[in-house]
Amino acid sequence: MARSTDSQVPRQPIPSREFWLIETKGLRKSYPSRKRSKAATVDAVRGIDLSVAAGEIFGFLGPNGAGKTTTLRMLATLIRPDGGAARIAGADLLTDPGEVRRRIGYVAQGGGTADAVSAREELVLQARMYGIGKSEARQRTEDAVKSFDLTEFADRPCSSYSGGQRRRLDIALGVIHGPNVLFLDEPTVGLDPPSRSQVWDEIRRLRTEGMTVFVTTHYLDEADALCDRIAIIDHGGTVAEGTPEELKREIAGDVVLVGLELGDGAADRSQRAADALRAEPYLHRLELQGEDGLRLYVENGAAAIPQLLRTLEGAGLAPGTVQLQRPSLDDVFLARTGRSLKQN
Amino acid sequence: MKLARDTWLVFQRQLLLMARTPVWIAVGVIQPLFYLLLFAPLLKPVFAPMGATTYAETYQIYVPGLLAVLVIFGGLFTGFSLLGELRAGIIERSRVTPVSRLALLLGRALREVVALLVQAVIITLLALPFGLQVRLLDLLLAYLLLALLALMTSAISYGIALLVPSDSALAPVVNTIAQPIALLSGVLLPLALAPHWLQAAAHWNPFYWAVEGMRALFSGHLGDNAVWQSLLIVAAMTVAAVFWSARLFSSRVR
Ligand SMILES: Nc1ncnc2c1ncn2[C@@H]1O[C@H](COP(=O)(O)OP(=O)(O)OP(=O)(O)O)[C@@H](O)[C@H]1O
Ligand SMILES: [Mg+2]
Repeated sequence: MARSTDSQVPRQPIPSREFWLIETKGLRKSYPSRKRSKAATVDAVRGIDLSVAAGEIFGFLGPNGAGKTTTLRMLATLIRPDGGAARIAGADLLTDPGEVRRRIGYVAQGGGTADAVSAREELVLQARMYGIGKSEARQRTEDAVKSFDLTEFADRPCSSYSGGQRRRLDIALGVIHGPNVLFLDEPTVGLDPPSRSQVWDEIRRLRTEGMTVFVTTHYLDEADALCDRIAIIDHGGTVAEGTPEELKREIAGDVVLVGLELGDGAADRSQRAADALRAEPYLHRLELQGEDGLRLYVENGAAAIPQLLRTLEGAGLAPGTVQLQRPSLDDVFLARTGRSLKQN
Repeated sequence: MKLARDTWLVFQRQLLLMARTPVWIAVGVIQPLFYLLLFAPLLKPVFAPMGATTYAETYQIYVPGLLAVLVIFGGLFTGFSLLGELRAGIIERSRVTPVSRLALLLGRALREVVALLVQAVIITLLALPFGLQVRLLDLLLAYLLLALLALMTSAISYGIALLVPSDSALAPVVNTIAQPIALLSGVLLPLALAPHWLQAAAHWNPFYWAVEGMRALFSGHLGDNAVWQSLLIVAAMTVAAVFWSARLFSSRVR
């Protein structure tokens, strides 16, 4: 699957329809703004082009309000796009939403279970809503209870579940009918680390069973560790697309973190350090980080560190700490948008 | 047929949810009981212009009106249960499945019809010792009218719940609709007492005709014009309300 995401390189011709399980072109959605100003709208999603291959975990990474949920709800036939087109698992989103519904599963950001009923009851109902017969629905429920490890609490009311248990049930509900594509909206938000990795394991298991998974997240580590390929979305548009490795490689070189002395005048010192370093030939990019830190993007970290230390000494500034880092997805986001995802 | 199957599916789940929260039945019975025991005796002089001279006659006029208003109000306020389901994401979860959108509405509205009819039966039974008399055929027709009223008002209420921008907006909106309807239907006080312009206004209230039909049935006047008129008006309005609400169910989401 050698696919290029660099827009300079001509794209490969799009393979047969079965290869791309999700394809969108210029998907748009705006909402009327709450403010009483005349005809103001919020452009939640402004023209999204995506291609998701069969059998991959595709991540949709973006800060709060970027338009992730809106995109997902359009793809899941819940809201009608204002413009653009999409094909999902071979069905056209706009002309054949009924067929799309049969081929996808969708798990909303907040789930969707009733408090007073149990996991088993919800699973049976969900299967029946997909038109599955009674005994088959029961069989699938038992299978799901086993494979998603719900046995322990499957007959208790949903109101009594922990966050992780509830999330596992949500995902089990999303796949009870054996969809081709599963949409998961922020599946691990608010979970503790063990529940989180359990949810990741479930998602990976679904991929090995041949499912294509489209997952939104605003966690960098989740996009990095879980997803085969990601698109970064900001203000309703994609700013980058590729494998996490490819994206990080685009930020050529290394990141050097320089921590200056804390205390009075720290801001002034870091400003002076930035001025001194800005002209250095090996520097790609420089960001101030907090009051007393600098974030330097350089060609080769090991070679740059001695040089930048000399420069700083020459300016009479002694760095407290120097750290060499590989670029992260946050650096990609920063490079593309000028902001850090972490500050959100 | 898919619609019938899906409606049954949604209806069953709604009944299950109702059975698991039994508070509704206590509240639903105790409230009308208060009206029956505390309010009705006060009304004897009030209903005198309509020919009520005894308690039994008062109940004969009061009970059908009480049943109608109970069903109208019960139906109009059922949107709150939908708001809860919208907030929990249950409606959204259903809407990504191929389940019939009309069934999502009908299954819920039928749950409300059943709940309200159960209350109506209880009140009828409780009123019998006070001297209420009604023939079985008349009673069954009255319940049919009530069932249509319940279906119509819950469909309207679900529609409003899908349209209002926030939870806190539903109560004032529904109240604003329900109050004039109740006042102009001549339920709590007979319109015979009202000035002419108010009586004229009431004739434009479809629920006034429903109450007239109920009273005719409870007085044993099966052939009265009010009976077929009320059934026709209420049936037509029910179809319109269900149609309107079903469209919102398939297009509107929050
Ligand atoms: N129903 C709505 N009416 C008006 N504006 C909306 C509506 N839904 C979303 N928006 C706006 O559209 C934008 C995108 O919202 P969306 O929910 O898609 O973001 P998101 O990326 O999912 O964010 P989060 O990470 O917080 O879930 C936001 O500015 C949001 O306020
Ligand atoms: Mg979201």
